[in-house]
Amino acid sequence: MATTDVAPHQATGGVQPKRVVNNMSLQVATVNGSGSQSSNTVLLRSIFQMGVPVSGKNLFPSNIAGLPTWYTIRANKDGYIARKKEIDFVIAMNPETAQEDVMSLDPGAVVLYDEPLNLSKLRNDLIFYSVPYDKLVAPVCPEAKLRKLVRNMIYVGVVARLLEIDMAEVEKAIRKQFAKKVKAANLNMAAVQAGFDYAAASLTKQDPYFIQRMDKTRGKIIVDGNSAAALGCMFAGVTVVTWYPITPSSSLVETLIDYLKEHRIGPDGKATFAVVQAEDELAAIGMVVGAGWAGARSMTATAGPGISLMSEFGGLAYYAEVPGVIWDIQRVGPSTGLPTRTSQGDILSTAFLSHGDTKHILLIPNSVAECFSMAQDAFNLAEQFQTLVFVMSDLDLGMNNWMSDPFEYPTTPIKRGKVLTKEDLDRLGGFARYKDVDGDGIGYRTLPGTDHPAAAYFTRGTGHNEKSQYSERPDDFEHNMERINRKFETARSFVPRPELISNAKTKVGIIAYGTSHWAILESRDQLRKEYNIEADYLRIRAYPFTREVHEFIEQHDRVYVVEQNRDAQMLSLLKLDVRPELVTRLRSIAHIHGLPLDARSVTDELISMEGK
Amino acid sequence: MASTPSRTPPPKTNRIGLTVLDYRGGKTTLCAGCGHNAISERIIDAMYEMGVPPERVIKPSGIGCSSKSPAYFMSRSHSFNAVHGRMPSVATGAVLANRRLIALGVSGDGDTASIGIGQFVHLMRRNLPIIYIIEDNGVYGLTKGQFSATADLGSKLKTGVINDLPPIDTCAMAITLGATFVGRSFSGDKKQLHSMLKAAIAHNGTVMLDVVSPCVTFNDHEGSTKSYKYMKDHEEPLQDISFVPAFEEINVEYDPGATVEVTMHDGSHLRLRKLEEDYDPTDKINAIKRLGEAHDKNEVLTGVFYVNTQAPNFIEMLNITDEPLATLPESVTRPGREVLEKAMEELR
Ligand SMILES: Cc1ncc(C[n+]2csc(CCOP(=O)(O)OP(=O)(O)O)c2C)c(N)n1
Ligand code: SF4
Ligand SMILES: [Mg+2]
Repeated sequence: MATTDVAPHQATGGVQPKRVVNNMSLQVATVNGSGSQSSNTVLLRSIFQMGVPVSGKNLFPSNIAGLPTWYTIRANKDGYIARKKEIDFVIAMNPETAQEDVMSLDPGAVVLYDEPLNLSKLRNDLIFYSVPYDKLVAPVCPEAKLRKLVRNMIYVGVVARLLEIDMAEVEKAIRKQFAKKVKAANLNMAAVQAGFDYAAASLTKQDPYFIQRMDKTRGKIIVDGNSAAALGCMFAGVTVVTWYPITPSSSLVETLIDYLKEHRIGPDGKATFAVVQAEDELAAIGMVVGAGWAGARSMTATAGPGISLMSEFGGLAYYAEVPGVIWDIQRVGPSTGLPTRTSQGDILSTAFLSHGDTKHILLIPNSVAECFSMAQDAFNLAEQFQTLVFVMSDLDLGMNNWMSDPFEYPTTPIKRGKVLTKEDLDRLGGFARYKDVDGDGIGYRTLPGTDHPAAAYFTRGTGHNEKSQYSERPDDFEHNMERINRKFETARSFVPRPELISNAKTKVGIIAYGTSHWAILESRDQLRKEYNIEADYLRIRAYPFTREVHEFIEQHDRVYVVEQNRDAQMLSLLKLDVRPELVTRLRSIAHIHGLPLDARSVTDELISMEGK
Repeated sequence: MASTPSRTPPPKTNRIGLTVLDYRGGKTTLCAGCGHNAISERIIDAMYEMGVPPERVIKPSGIGCSSKSPAYFMSRSHSFNAVHGRMPSVATGAVLANRRLIALGVSGDGDTASIGIGQFVHLMRRNLPIIYIIEDNGVYGLTKGQFSATADLGSKLKTGVINDLPPIDTCAMAITLGATFVGRSFSGDKKQLHSMLKAAIAHNGTVMLDVVSPCVTFNDHEGSTKSYKYMKDHEEPLQDISFVPAFEEINVEYDPGATVEVTMHDGSHLRLRKLEEDYDPTDKINAIKRLGEAHDKNEVLTGVFYVNTQAPNFIEMLNITDEPLATLPESVTRPGREVLEKAMEELR
């Protein structure tokens, strides 16, 4: 436990224990489908509104109702928002997991439990508070049917009292949560109040945890990565969206549909977009490719199993050079794997998706803000490079709530790439689709429907020459493949550059990407404070790698590549890319258990590999 | 010596001033006598006569000899020879991107009825505006003659192998699923196929034409049920089909008792002179029943089996704006700053 400096279980009898302020990890253990999500959001928001940095992570089963779910809220004054391994405060609502939830805690942790569960018998080194939920809920909620849902709000009130969360902020969060449903808001608020009053009257504060007002969230927003991506796609001017539902990507498209319906209906009352729920991912990507070919800004969102199905079309789009954007909200594979858990396990298979020599551009957001901004990048790059662009988000980013500065309105205009119009063709007389006119590997294309007799060309996944005529000639094939590779090389200086967090040119460097970032930020501080190790850090944001990635490896003796998969996938990609003599500098810290990466695991492993 | 120099008459043009040559494609590389070539010819004629601007046409296809054929007609139209069995999705995407395109999808019986049956099914039920042609030879031509799923029970391969599975009737399927213009023809039936293609061009919604198209190399022998000879002996036309485009005056009267006249979406007329009493091409259930009877009697029924000119197409159902989505300007596709600000405010 992080706060080992207190021994709270001894601190009874009115002696005030040492205060631990704005530094705790609170876990709510419930069953899914019990409506606890609203309570947890209200708790999260209340802390956020008090200006305390906070993150919420939902650990849920692949099931609709009745299985255990854990929701973890971490409040941290220093702004650490990665998952923390140790839980300080458990709200035990699920009889099935209550015993295990309690047994796994570190000494000194707090348990708030439903009275009939009688958990305080289990251990004597924890702090227990019991709450008679059923007794409390009955008077506030006369309608028996609703009690199951409202019951969970009671713990919000109890916690508010124990941690000194301002009830005015709780009420504000409730009003926001039940925005238009005043009756529901009142009912829930009454339950919160009942919990608060109960705690005030019957519980004696024994634990050291407090939430105190700070000023670290002013102006910030709270949003999940999928919603951020949806907003980003709308502002990127997406016009054709296809999808096949799959966790954890579905909410991206569902939110996008809501946004599009609200903001993208033209003055004629008609949609400036099309959304199709396809019959499977093969059809979803096929539609993306067809639409991209015909000039739309097209996209789909999926997860690993969908990516696997999209493989053949991935190769077609690469080789026939058709733009499109694919969001991969990564979950744990192989196969169906852990559908509701997070990973970075699709990096290698997506980078090389499809047979033959195929390579794809990957963008890797680490935050909700980057989900928004990389949506713009993805569509621009797809059209500029006439290829698929994969945005590699993950479940932790996509489905959990994150604090962020508000998103910035796009500063650059939409880039549609090299498209010849009728007027261009009037001037040029004709064109060769796959000719490298500008030396960047990128040819000019025309859109179907262009009203010029020389506009048409034959798009094919079979061998072709510059004029896109069928060809089996060895030289045609080689030239074409080399040119497409040139395009990929050009992309190196157009994709988002890495973020260089510190480059003091110490001996130890860390490379990470995506959501691992948040654990790295904290781990670097741990390394500094606990081991006096200063580690530089570079966060990769795209594949192909840019110059800075190579330089970073060159400047460090030992480079730890941290990622959330088993096979060190990003490290493998780096090995293929860096000078051979640099390969031995790369070391892997790879974890795959389905839970978001935590700092302690990274620190411990790095230290042991450093031989300390 | 002749005093007047002989002037070549100006080439014949259609209503948009193009000659039939403007609808030609590359030289075919398919086998001489392949049914697919004849279908390409009929497409050229129909498009020419209907005065369709070739630049507005797209030719998506899958993989197979049949799917190659878009290279051999209408070079002034964009083609997309995609992947095996997935033409429907590519076509759907393209039409969503630009609703003004006229989609003519070409597939084979292998491409449609085996690997592509899933996408075929879902295209049909969406009533996407497209002309979907199956060039049906009962075998996989391009992989050298294995049976496809439209091969009839008891049909024999050159190697002597007998097909012991029942065929999938793509027409019956299409009707059940929601296609709004469904027919079968034969690559060797010039007049019927020609009229059906012209009507197809005039239709608003999914047209599904299964065109029996013999593979001379792998499936034209004795014992095949998709050979020229078998078709000559077993083709059973349901109607005598003629078509009067909207831009032509109607100058032939017809007997309403003996002919069903269908007014197409664009005002043209499809005339189906009944060869069979009381066949009503707007009756779905009966159409499927009649197709079943044909199978039992070993006849290859051809003609327009089903037509519905009223159903909304997929683009209409989605309420997509009139301008092509592909070329909407940024001012339309990127909402203003205030929209983002409002969204941010809601997330605070
Ligand atoms: C995924 C995949 N599997 C198999 C093939 C091999 N293949 C090419 S064409 C074809 C069958 C084509 O049959 P059909 O659609 O009837 O066309 P036909 O050649 O008879 O006109 C097959 C199986 C392929 N191209 N792609
Ligand atoms: S193999 Fe058969 S289908 Fe293919 S081109 Fe030759 S005749 Fe036509
Ligand atoms: Mg075939």
